Amino acid sequence: MTLQTDYIGKPTSRVDGPAKVTGTAKYAAEYNVPNLLYGYVVSSPIAKGKITKIDAAPVLALPGVQQVFSHENVPHYALLDRSYKDQIAPGGSPFRPLHDAEIKYSLQPVALVVADTFELARYAASILHIEYEEAAHETELSQHIDEAYEPGRGKAGYQPPKSRGNFGKGWKEGVAHMEAQYSHHAQHHNPMEMFATTVEWLGDKNLNIYDKTQGAFNSQLLVTKVFGLSKDQARVISKYTGGGFGSGLRPQYQLLLAVMASLQLERSVRVSLTREQMFSFGHRAETLQHVALATAADGSLTGINHFAVAETSQFEDFTENVVGWSGMLYNCKNVELGYRLAKGDIYTPLDMRAPGAASGSIALEIAMDEMAYAAGLDPLEFRLRNYSDIDQAQDLPYSSKALRKCYHEGAAKFGWEQRTPEPGSMRDGNLLVGWGMGGGVWDASKMPATVKASLDADGHLTVSSGTNEIGTGTYTIMTQIAAESMGLPIEAVTFVLGDTTLPQSPIQGGSWTAASVGNSVVEACTKLGEALLKQAQKMDHPAFKDAKIDDVQFANGQMRLRADDTQAVVLRDVVQASGEPKIDAENSTVLAKLEMLKPPRYSMHAHNAVFVEVKVDPELMTVHVTRVVNAVAAGRIINPKTARSQVLGSVVWGLGMALMEESVMDHRFGRYMNHSLAEYHVPVNADIHDIDVVFVSEEDDKVNPLGIKGLGEVGLLGVAAAVANAIYHATGKRVRDMPITIDKLL
Amino acid sequence: MNSFTFTQAAAVAGAVQDKAAHEGSAYIGGGTNLVDLMKENVARPTHLIGLKKLGLDTIETLPDGGLRLGALASNADTAWHPEVEKRYPLLNQAILAGASPQLRNMATDGGNLMQRTRCYYFYDLATPCNKREPGSGCSAIGGYNRVCGILGTSDSCIATHPSDMCVALAALDTTVRVSGPNGERTIKFEDFHRLPGDHPERDNTLEPGELITGLDLPEKGFAKNFSYLKLRDRTSYAFALVSVAAALELDGNTIKDARLALGGVAHKPWRDKEAEAMLIGQPATADTFRRVAAKVLANAKGYGENTFKIELAKRAIVRALKQATEMKQEVDTNAFLNSNP
Repeated sequence: MTLQTDYIGKPTSRVDGPAKVTGTAKYAAEYNVPNLLYGYVVSSPIAKGKITKIDAAPVLALPGVQQVFSHENVPHYALLDRSYKDQIAPGGSPFRPLHDAEIKYSLQPVALVVADTFELARYAASILHIEYEEAAHETELSQHIDEAYEPGRGKAGYQPPKSRGNFGKGWKEGVAHMEAQYSHHAQHHNPMEMFATTVEWLGDKNLNIYDKTQGAFNSQLLVTKVFGLSKDQARVISKYTGGGFGSGLRPQYQLLLAVMASLQLERSVRVSLTREQMFSFGHRAETLQHVALATAADGSLTGINHFAVAETSQFEDFTENVVGWSGMLYNCKNVELGYRLAKGDIYTPLDMRAPGAASGSIALEIAMDEMAYAAGLDPLEFRLRNYSDIDQAQDLPYSSKALRKCYHEGAAKFGWEQRTPEPGSMRDGNLLVGWGMGGGVWDASKMPATVKASLDADGHLTVSSGTNEIGTGTYTIMTQIAAESMGLPIEAVTFVLGDTTLPQSPIQGGSWTAASVGNSVVEACTKLGEALLKQAQKMDHPAFKDAKIDDVQFANGQMRLRADDTQAVVLRDVVQASGEPKIDAENSTVLAKLEMLKPPRYSMHAHNAVFVEVKVDPELMTVHVTRVVNAVAAGRIINPKTARSQVLGSVVWGLGMALMEESVMDHRFGRYMNHSLAEYHVPVNADIHDIDVVFVSEEDDKVNPLGIKGLGEVGLLGVAAAVANAIYHATGKRVRDMPITIDKLL
Repeated sequence: MNSFTFTQAAAVAGAVQDKAAHEGSAYIGGGTNLVDLMKENVARPTHLIGLKKLGLDTIETLPDGGLRLGALASNADTAWHPEVEKRYPLLNQAILAGASPQLRNMATDGGNLMQRTRCYYFYDLATPCNKREPGSGCSAIGGYNRVCGILGTSDSCIATHPSDMCVALAALDTTVRVSGPNGERTIKFEDFHRLPGDHPERDNTLEPGELITGLDLPEKGFAKNFSYLKLRDRTSYAFALVSVAAALELDGNTIKDARLALGGVAHKPWRDKEAEAMLIGQPATADTFRRVAAKVLANAKGYGENTFKIELAKRAIVRALKQATEMKQEVDTNAFLNSNP
């Protein structure tokens, strides 16, 4: 029986939608606290060297300029690297803003001008005279492959790729082969909201810190360690984040600068970065990749070799899983994987939507297309012949894997069987038509998360957790889960997040928030249900006298006996009878933490298959992606509406990766040159046509109680490769260097 | 951005006087480019003279059958003006190929001529640029010059003029009306923008203090056979890698008159009158178009990252002339433009 308070799986509109479209949703730079000062960052014009002189006097002489901060006057708050390490800092020595005279990368912050108005701070920053002594810099990855090295495990979650079998033997066994080099350039996240922190000085080093972040607790951790503040002194608030994509996983330097200035001046201070400065921190690492594949006569893979070199900074080893997926996605005994880093005079790269997998799947999925052609097989048939039923990398069964359904349902919806294999063989009038496919795999993770559920005497449920909303729909799906768990109408439920005074929650990333916080919402609501039952048993309800929590259900605003649903009590009445203003409950993370220590029994992953149609003008070589079908197997879908939006965004992102997106570095200056949204190209509305999102059914009672796998990243996988493969199918031109701009096709 | 004073000019004469009275001052129309330049510290005017109240925002038919575009008419109002749509559809198409609806609502026609290059190095104070700082050098040469010019470049500058609208204005033989300290004068459109030579800091031939008051289009608008073809990295809100304004007057299949101008390839809208002459009297065939395209690009020079533009421009010329002849827009180049409201 469907209850009126069943919300899970329903296309509920965003509960925060009205706040966003009316502008009442506040972002970090929009908290206009009283007596606010404004900080403006001065960025280095050189990539390497040192500051020899800062002439602050003329700037300080301007009325309204409060201070010019630089390495010359900022105290060394903390001495050890570990004080500067946030939750997901990679191995190495984290960058410390305004710490010393050394310049490590172009656009490095070198000074912070603080003034009474933003406009004055900006002007003062523009006339601050700084002299530098330049040193020779190195930023070109291709020139440093020989120096590439195998990184350690420095970054949480990073596993060095594992080879198996004997690739050399597998290569020899093969009757058809392919081998090629692939590359893509650096990319910057460029969320709409630029990084900003507003620090509200409350006196005596007590701070309210409004920060743009994907993890309020992560920002708090860093601030407390660097400045020696207590958690009570450093409350971090982040109610809305205007796009993250990974850029907010590490706190950015404006947080440390704003807190420093606030502590120094004992005033409230805001520091916001410019769009140009959005190119001054982490980005998707440029990679150079090599893939070799071999197949037997029946099209089965006899060997897979995938090797990647990625850039990192001089001071940290940023690692991501670029090649490991190539040992999982297809069935093969002989797999050789390699991943190395090469240092350059750049800032440390940072996780960016489907980190590693997005880069690796470009190479693997184009290579699979090349191999299919070399083996004389349809690319879909080739993948089906190499379908892997177990995770060979970990030698574990999957908790569930509905990738086969993705292939079949996606292909059916797309009409793949109409495809003729020969490049250039399909036309629409004068235009060349190309159909290509790709796909991928992404972790289904769950982290310990604490949630508090609180029912008040009016029957309103407030559920809270210090997680973040980065636009994915967290507010909405947690409200749905809580409403259904407690059997309350959605209007009677409020989900609160983004505040370090709330129960602790993991950073918003890794596609794990829905599973981590969602299951904890259920646990907290179960605890609340137990408390309500206990209270009901004190009341005059003989039917509940001996009932256990499993004997009751919550629906339509009531608690009732499963065995006899005429025996019911209104939840509001239970709270009122308690004499307390509200009844609270919080889940425990003990079991979740223990679970993480145990060796896994299943490999838990989400999958997708994507089919793309391009139309190419045969003379001008302009490319338009006219149709995309993305079939996703990601367990239980809590909200098909926000889930679809996530995958639509992924597809748009993937089209950008394939066709236009790149941070262009001029190696003579060691500087990204297209640092504006006019010149850093991502797709516009007119580039986007039909996108069809298919969620294949995938029930999974092993991955977590709600069966959620997460959707933030999986939808992106294989999209760029599918576009490249479609372009090959249309034109016969195989482009292996992303993005595929018009000059590469002429 | 530095502090500046602002006056809203009420009359052209007053604006010109105000300009002369303030060293380091600048006129401001829609501000869609100037404000960006000020934010990036590329332009640092100490005084701004607002032009929006000059009453120069009208579009009027002239006694000789031409059309006068007020310098302060918005790009959007111009594109959608009934006379422009009917008689100068090439101009309509070119304007709509540029920027975004929001920008076109703000940007003025005079300002469109005055916008500065989008060469990356011009905008980044950390790098040398002769246009921004004469004598400092050209970073685009030997650098990331994908967006830079291939025709009429010099050793000091390979920047391009970024406008779409101006490419059509060049093709249509527009006259620029200006007012200045020495009174009024007119400038032929082809003489308005200049090539970089040794002075890339000068984009045009305006004398100090001169102000654009209007643009006069001659009667002949080539409304029957025209094409504006723009090739770029995404379908909207991107500057042209190469654009072509082509307009033909046909007698059967024979070309009686022709106009051909390119954008995205030079320091100015690149009108090639010799190529136009080559078209006249010839049959409107792919063969003719290819010969003309080869002529237009005969002296083109690539700088590495932008060398592809030479071949792309040839193909674009052939396609634009074909589209103008057949009056059939190809689906993948202008379809989205045409579907704009």
